[in-house]
Amino acid sequence: MLEAVNLGKRYRRTWGLQDCTLKIPKGRVAALVGPNGSGKSTLLRMGAGLQEPSAGTLRVLGQSPSPGTNDLRERVGYLDQDRPLYKSFRVAEMLRFGEMNNPTWNMDAAKNHLALLDIPLRSRVGNLSGGQQAQVALTLCLAKQPELLLLDEPAAALDPVAREDLLRLLMRQVADSESSVVLSTHALSDVAAICDYVVVLAHARVVLSNDTEYIVETHRILSIVDDSDLVPPPGITVINEQQSARGRSLLVRVELPFNDERWRVDRPTLEEIVMAYLREGSPHRDGRHVGEIESGAR
Amino acid sequence: MSQHPSLTFRLDPQSGLAPYRQLVDQVRHAVSSGLLRDGDQLPSVRDVVTQITINPNTVHRAYRELEHQGIAEGRAGLGTFITLHLSVAPDAAEHGIFEHAVHDLVINARRAGLNEETIRELMRNALRQNGNVRS
Repeated sequence: MLEAVNLGKRYRRTWGLQDCTLKIPKGRVAALVGPNGSGKSTLLRMGAGLQEPSAGTLRVLGQSPSPGTNDLRERVGYLDQDRPLYKSFRVAEMLRFGEMNNPTWNMDAAKNHLALLDIPLRSRVGNLSGGQQAQVALTLCLAKQPELLLLDEPAAALDPVAREDLLRLLMRQVADSESSVVLSTHALSDVAAICDYVVVLAHARVVLSNDTEYIVETHRILSIVDDSDLVPPPGITVINEQQSARGRSLLVRVELPFNDERWRVDRPTLEEIVMAYLREGSPHRDGRHVGEIESGAR
Repeated sequence: MSQHPSLTFRLDPQSGLAPYRQLVDQVRHAVSSGLLRDGDQLPSVRDVVTQITINPNTVHRAYRELEHQGIAEGRAGLGTFITLHLSVAPDAAEHGIFEHAVHDLVINARRAGLNEETIRELMRNALRQNGNVRS
């Protein structure tokens, strides 16, 4: 569905995304996770055909996205993290605007969404709360009935209730239309709740990309209660190590069943695993990588 | 949704269990406790997605697993229903009972002040001592 091979995007002398190879299957709800500037927005924008790759190839729904690919424009829904809405428009006018510009527009579904969320069609967009504006922006994106949704931090800066409403709206759409979703987020709890595929980015590179179930099955926490320098057996990759006064705890990737009585073995949660990869990527910040477009907002 | 008010799913992000496993366990518990009976309909995927924030693929996955375990059956165009064939029912019910028993044991051991490692050690010993017992 979304397939990148050695994909790269260069901004002047720095890379926004580099050597990105991944393949997100159809029907998934995939999360892009990583610090600001790690390449999430760059990847989404290239997927939507808003930016051209500088290296490698990208295929979305079997085509290479570019600003001229009209067919993809209809099949892909992109939501920018700035949620561009015309603030002086009424909600109903935004809907009509969407209908005129999209042949596959589903007006009934859009109106139902907004009714469920108690957002009046008469309201001016600028008078709605941040949460309601996010709902309207997502509703407009869903009403196109795209096969693929590319959402850049769709739930950022929302209060917990608005956030949950928004995620449920999205999941209902996935249940009804079997759309595929790629969304970027900083909320690891959301990833665990709704995503079945995770891509972790650090320093403009992909450091982890797989099914959540596979990720959870192939990682363990090994701990040992002394200060010896016992090294884990071969076949194990240490992702992150934490020292405490009483011992060490390692988050590791295990491709084969692990059995060693000296180590205590626990199953980490998806959040713990993703966090370990993020931590591993973070200490080497050296400023060589540009900020994403997103960092300009705040 | 009033069709199946007896079953409300919950997800515990701290459990360490995959979300689909949590749904499977909750249906099994509901079956072993008698809350769900033979022929009862499970909530539709859309209802579950409306009820809790979860990926519909995860619900499909859980229902497939329940079908695989012989506890549920998908009927085309109708939904997923509990089916307790005689050969399966006692086994499924028993599994639930043991799961509860182990759960209670862990809670009691913790209340008594035992730490996780000690509880594991006790379990390991018990398994080792009874390793050759087969019925």
